[in-house]
Amino acid sequence: MPSHTFVLNGRPVTVDAPDDMPLLWVLRDKLGVTGPKYGCGVGVCRACTSHLDGAEFQPCTVAVKDCAGRRVTTIEGLADGEVLHPVQEAWLECDVAQCGFCQPGQIMTAVALLRRTPAPTDADIDQIQNICRCGTYPRIREAIKRAAAAGPAGR
Amino acid sequence: MKGQAISTSTPDRASVGRRRFLTYLLAAPTLTVATRLAAPPATAAAATAPDPAPAPAPAPAVGALPGLPGVPDVVDLGDALILAGLPTAHLLVLEVTAAGRVVLHLPRAEVGQGLTTAVAMLVAEELDARLEDVDVPLSDARPDLLFNQLTGGSNSVRSLYDPVRAVAAAARARLVTAAARRWDLPAGSLRTEDTAVLAPDGRRAGFGSLAVAAAAVTVPAVPATPKPPGQQRLVGTPTGRIDARDIVTGRARYAGDLAVPGAVPTVVARPPTINGGVQSFDASAARGMPGVLAVVPLPGGGGVAVLAETFDQALKARDALQVSWRPGPLADLSDAGIRSRLRAANLPFLVPPLLTLHVDAEFDFAFVSHAPMEVLTAVADVRPDRAELWFSSQSPIVAQQAVAAELGLPQDAVTVHVVRGGGSFGRRLFFDAALEAAQVSRAAGRPVKLMWTRNDDMRHGRMRPAGHHRIRATHALGQVLTYEHRVATVRTDFRHGLGEALTAAGFAVQAGGLSLSQGFFLLTEKNPYQLGVTTQLLAEVPLDMPTGSWRSVYSGTVRVADEIMMDEIARTLGQDPVAFRRARLGSASARAVLDTVAAEGRWGRPMPAGHAQGVGFHEEHRSCAAYLVEIDATDPAQPRVTRAVIAADVGRAVNPRGLEAQLTGALIDGISVILQAGNHIDRGAVREGSFADFRYARQQHSPPVVEVHLMPPSGPPGGAGELGVPAASAAVANAYARATGRSPRSFPITF
Repeated sequence: MPSHTFVLNGRPVTVDAPDDMPLLWVLRDKLGVTGPKYGCGVGVCRACTSHLDGAEFQPCTVAVKDCAGRRVTTIEGLADGEVLHPVQEAWLECDVAQCGFCQPGQIMTAVALLRRTPAPTDADIDQIQNICRCGTYPRIREAIKRAAAAGPAGR
Repeated sequence: MKGQAISTSTPDRASVGRRRFLTYLLAAPTLTVATRLAAPPATAAAATAPDPAPAPAPAPAVGALPGLPGVPDVVDLGDALILAGLPTAHLLVLEVTAAGRVVLHLPRAEVGQGLTTAVAMLVAEELDARLEDVDVPLSDARPDLLFNQLTGGSNSVRSLYDPVRAVAAAARARLVTAAARRWDLPAGSLRTEDTAVLAPDGRRAGFGSLAVAAAAVTVPAVPATPKPPGQQRLVGTPTGRIDARDIVTGRARYAGDLAVPGAVPTVVARPPTINGGVQSFDASAARGMPGVLAVVPLPGGGGVAVLAETFDQALKARDALQVSWRPGPLADLSDAGIRSRLRAANLPFLVPPLLTLHVDAEFDFAFVSHAPMEVLTAVADVRPDRAELWFSSQSPIVAQQAVAAELGLPQDAVTVHVVRGGGSFGRRLFFDAALEAAQVSRAAGRPVKLMWTRNDDMRHGRMRPAGHHRIRATHALGQVLTYEHRVATVRTDFRHGLGEALTAAGFAVQAGGLSLSQGFFLLTEKNPYQLGVTTQLLAEVPLDMPTGSWRSVYSGTVRVADEIMMDEIARTLGQDPVAFRRARLGSASARAVLDTVAAEGRWGRPMPAGHAQGVGFHEEHRSCAAYLVEIDATDPAQPRVTRAVIAADVGRAVNPRGLEAQLTGALIDGISVILQAGNHIDRGAVREGSFADFRYARQQHSPPVVEVHLMPPSGPPGGAGELGVPAASAAVANAYARATGRSPRSFPITF
C-alpha cells in the first residue's frame, strides 16, 4: 500500500493508504482525527472543511495522494495549545453552536474567509456554503464580524 | 447508576410548585440523592388543575366570536408525557464526587437543543455551585424509567424543572448539614457559594470535601426546598453552552467519533426505491476488494452491509456489489398520485358554501427530510449473551426493547449508551441504524460502527409526511362565524413509545376509532383564535414509507395554513392582519408577543416594491411566539428574508440565550420549508440525494438582521424547542404573499 507523508496540525505524519482514498477517511479512520465530520461525502455540506496549506478545502473530496508534502490543518490544530484562535473565541462569545456537528467546518471556513478578507461584508459572509441544519447562521455572521473587529492578531 | 438500596432516611417533602417530590439518599460512597414523585395524582385533572398555565380566557375583544376551548387548553401533549413519567422511581440521580464535581445523570437526549446546559444551570442554581463544576452526562437506557426517557414534544425543561431543582436542593441541604456537624455550628448559620459551604467566621469547605460525610446525612438540618424564583441568580441569565469549548475545538464526540475497540466501519447498500429489497446479490467482487472484512445481508432483506477497515473501502466495496433489487411498494406512485389520494381522503366540510360569505383555500405541503447534520450512526457490539450499543437516541428504552427482541436477548442484557447527537428534529425518535448495527454485528460476529450515508438518509430516511389542507371560513358583518380545517396527511409513524406513554397516562388515545395519530392531533392542535364554531379534523393515508415527527409535528403545517388563512380572511374583511389577529387572541400573553413584534418590527412601515412584511403567531406547549419577517421577493423565484423580529413568552426561560438559539433555528427551518427545502417522490423513490438538491437554507438565505425579544418570567417554564417553527413558517409565507401579490398554495414555494 502506498505511503503518504504530510504535515498534520504542525507535525509530520506518514500513513499507508490507497492513493485515491479521500483525506477525510484517512484522518478519521486511520489517524483518529475526528474533528472533520462526514456530512455528505461530496463536498456539498462542508462539515469536514479544513485547511490545505492554509486555504479552505473539503477533505471528503481530496485524495490523500494530493496532500503529500503539504500542510493539513483540522479544527484540532487551530488553537495554540489551550489558547484558542480568535475565531474560536468569537464562537464562544456569541455562543454559536447548537448541536455542534457542523461547527468545526464552519469555524475553519470562517478562518479562511478572514485570511482572504479581513473585514468581510454581509455579501462576503453570504458566500459561505457550509450547511448548519440547526440554523445558527445569524450567530455565525455575528461571530465572524466580531472576530474581524478584533483585528488580525493570531490569524 | 451506582446506588440501589434506599437508605432509611426520612424523605424530604419538598413541595415544588405544582408537584411534590420525595428526595432520598442512595447508598453510595459519596453523596448521591434521588427523587421521585411524592404521591401519584389521582387523575389527570387533579395533576393539571394547580398548574398555573393559562386557562382559556374569556373573550377580551369586541368583534370576535369565541370558540370552544380546545383539548390542548385543558391538557396538552406535554402534560400527558409528564403524567406518564411521574410514577417513575429514581427519576433523577445527582451525585457529588470527592473531587467536587456535581453530576446530574440526565435521562434525555442532547441533540443541540441545549438541554444539558439548562439542566446544569438548574443544578448550579440550587446548590450554589459554579456552573463549570456541574456535569450532565446522558443516562444509558434505564427501563426503570418506563416512559420517562423520551425526549420529544418540547417537553424536557417542562418535565425536569421541578424534579431537578428538588434533587439539587436536597443535596445542598445534606452538604450544609455535613459542614455544620464538622464545624459544630448551627446549620442555619451556614451558606453556600461557589461549590462550597461557608461559615460565618469565613471557614470554607468545598462540596468535594463534604461528599463522603454528606452521604451519611439521613435527616438534613436545613430545609431542602428549592429557591423561590425571586432568589434565582443564574436561572434566567443568558448563559453559554456548557459544551461550547468542546465543540469549537473539535473534541465533542458523536457516535461516529467513538473509538470502541474493534468496531469496524460499516455501510449498507440500499435499494433505489423506498422500502424496496434485495432479490439476489453477488458479493464476490466486493469481498476481494482491499480492506473488506465481511459482507452481510440485512436479515429483513432491505439491504446488504459491507464491513471494511475504513469507510472509504466499505463504500467502494458497497458500490462493487452486484445486487438485483426488488422494487418497493410505492414503485407506481409519484407526488401527483399521492396528492390525489390526500385530496380524496380529506373529510368534507360541515358548513355548505350556500347563503354565506366565505373564504376557502387549499394548501399542499411536500415531504421534508429531517436531514440532521450527523447522519444516523450507531456502534454495536453484540455477543452471544449480551449486546452493547452507542448512538444518539430520543427513545433509548424503546430502542433497547427492540434490539433485545431482535437479538432474542433479555432486555437487561442490552446496554444502550446515549451519545450526543448532531441534530435530530425528531429523527432520533427512531433507531433504524442501531437496529441494523445490532443485526450486522451479530451476523458478522464482531463490533461494527454502522453509518448511513447522506444519500441513505435522503432516500430512505424518515420525512415529515406530505399533507393536503382544506379550510373554509364563513363570515358576516365583519365577523368570522365558522372556521373549518380539514387535514389529510400521509400517516405519521409514532411507533417510538409515544402510544404506550399516553396510554400509561390514562389517555385512551386509540379508543373510539381514533388512531394514535389522531390522539396526538387532538392533544396538540389548537387554533388560538376566536373564530366562532371551529372544527379541525385529521384524515390519514397510510403509505408504506418511512415517516416521523418533524420538529413541531402537525403544527408545522396545520398552524401555518391557519396563519395564511388569517391573512387572507383579514384581507377579505378589509382589516389589518395584525389587528385582525389581535382582536381574536384569547390570552394577554398572546397579544403581548404579537404587539411586541409589531412595535419592534415597525409593522406597516413603508417597503419598496417587491418587499413586504409578514407575521405569524403560534401557541403551544404552554408558550407562545410571534414572528415578523421582511422579505425581498423582487425576484419571486429567489426570495430572501432580510430581517426577522421574534417575540416569545415561555413562562420562564431557564437560559434565555439557549431559548434565542431555538427560536432562531426555528426561523431558519421556516425559511427552508416554506421557500425551498422539500422532497419529491418519483415512482416510489425520493428524488433528492444530498444538500445539493435538498435545499435547506444556507447563510445566503438567512436574514442579516434577527432580533429576539423574550417576555419577562410569568410562571413555570413552557416548552420551546418546536414552538417557533409554525409561526416562523407562517410569517415567511405571509410576507412572500404580500410582496408578490400571489397566494402561495403549495410548499415549498420554489420547489
